[in-house]
Amino acid sequence: MNRFFGAIEAKARARWLIGALFVLCAGMVLADENPRDPYEDFNRSMYSVNDALDRAALKPVAKAYDSVLPLPVRAGVGNFFGNAGDLWIGINDVMQGKFADAGIDATRLLVNSTLGIFGFFDVASEMGLDKHDEDFGQTMAVWGVPSGPYLFWPFIGPRSVRDTAGWLADTFVDPVWSVRTRTELVRNSLVVTRFVDVRAGLLPADRVVDEGALDKYAYIRDAYMQRRRNQIFDGRPPRIDD
Amino acid sequence: MKNFFPFLFAAFISAGAFAQEAPDVLIKKVTDEVLEIVRNDKDIQNGDTHKAIALVDAQILPHFNFPHMTALAVGKDWRKATTQQQQQLTAEFKTLLVRTYSNALTGYRDQKVKFKPIKIGAADTDVLIRSEIQQSGSKPVQLDYSMEKLDSGWKVYDVTVAGISLVTNYRDQFGQEIRNGGIDGLIQTIAAKNKSLESTLVKASK
Repeated sequence: MNRFFGAIEAKARARWLIGALFVLCAGMVLADENPRDPYEDFNRSMYSVNDALDRAALKPVAKAYDSVLPLPVRAGVGNFFGNAGDLWIGINDVMQGKFADAGIDATRLLVNSTLGIFGFFDVASEMGLDKHDEDFGQTMAVWGVPSGPYLFWPFIGPRSVRDTAGWLADTFVDPVWSVRTRTELVRNSLVVTRFVDVRAGLLPADRVVDEGALDKYAYIRDAYMQRRRNQIFDGRPPRIDD
Repeated sequence: MKNFFPFLFAAFISAGAFAQEAPDVLIKKVTDEVLEIVRNDKDIQNGDTHKAIALVDAQILPHFNFPHMTALAVGKDWRKATTQQQQQLTAEFKTLLVRTYSNALTGYRDQKVKFKPIKIGAADTDVLIRSEIQQSGSKPVQLDYSMEKLDSGWKVYDVTVAGISLVTNYRDQFGQEIRNGGIDGLIQTIAAKNKSLESTLVKASK
């Protein structure tokens, strides 16, 4: 019975995500001048929607979260979700042919889930087993899938077309979304907590963008593109000379 | 006048020492010194931006090559600018970067900076010094310095945080401003931005 509902739910989730994708794609038919950002007009309007949502709701919550939780607790929360993600990171490492890294990811998962008490302590990093940064968008990039145009989404923010597809895959296999208890309360609280935790982690970056950018939209877009390129090359992107 | 000669001598010696210092040794030394100061300065930890800026001015800026950084941020339009425009642009961009990133020091708590080993040949004039900021509970943040060898010693001309160059990330924004209002338009925009940042800062400290 549970399994039956699980299957329905996965389907509903996929349908919702694909539906949302269609609605937003319909809004971006006209191409503009910047070759790196052909849907700039659409993206800018989505950016202002997202910015308004953020100011009104998410940022205040993230600030409260940041000021209320003591540092060790916040670290524990970050470690817990980090541990939940290590399996999928390992699978992505396998798909990219990085077998040694995948071995480290598997060991991390084992060590942190046991010695690290369900992942709340990152014992593996202390042992020198460094965490990797992988997702399905990066895997597709390694396979040669081009990034496609840049998009700005409500809630999830900047994603290229490739990374949007990658994000859908990441979400679909996400263990946090797959938590099954009698009520959905546990899963939903976990999803929300992680969202707030990620947002709180970006608070210092907010200030840099607020103070440093001449045009916040362009600053965030270009930072996103540089960061993704760096992730795809595992921190050692080939130099662009000019 | 008698005291002037030892001073001159000391300045000469230290300038000579800097010129010979390897870039990785230099960066590590400056990082250690600055973090030591921040650890012992409650004002900076409590968000005193002016004090953080003063620290950056004194300890960090001498090791940066701002004209090169500004040229990189502007890109191909740099050569179209007159010498005077280049100087104004450099001055404004410097103020903007220092203002924006001095605040990073006020956020410093217990993070550790770990430098990656690097081999530097005697003939090298351009190197990438790689480091990592480690903080419990979050992924380490990659922090890399591009450095070049000048007569006055090794200088930083780009800083990359998590793969994002603090310098070239401005290129599209600068290009946009130059298309709209020329080099002078860009200078005015950055100057206006600096002024508004300064006024909010003064308001906040009152």
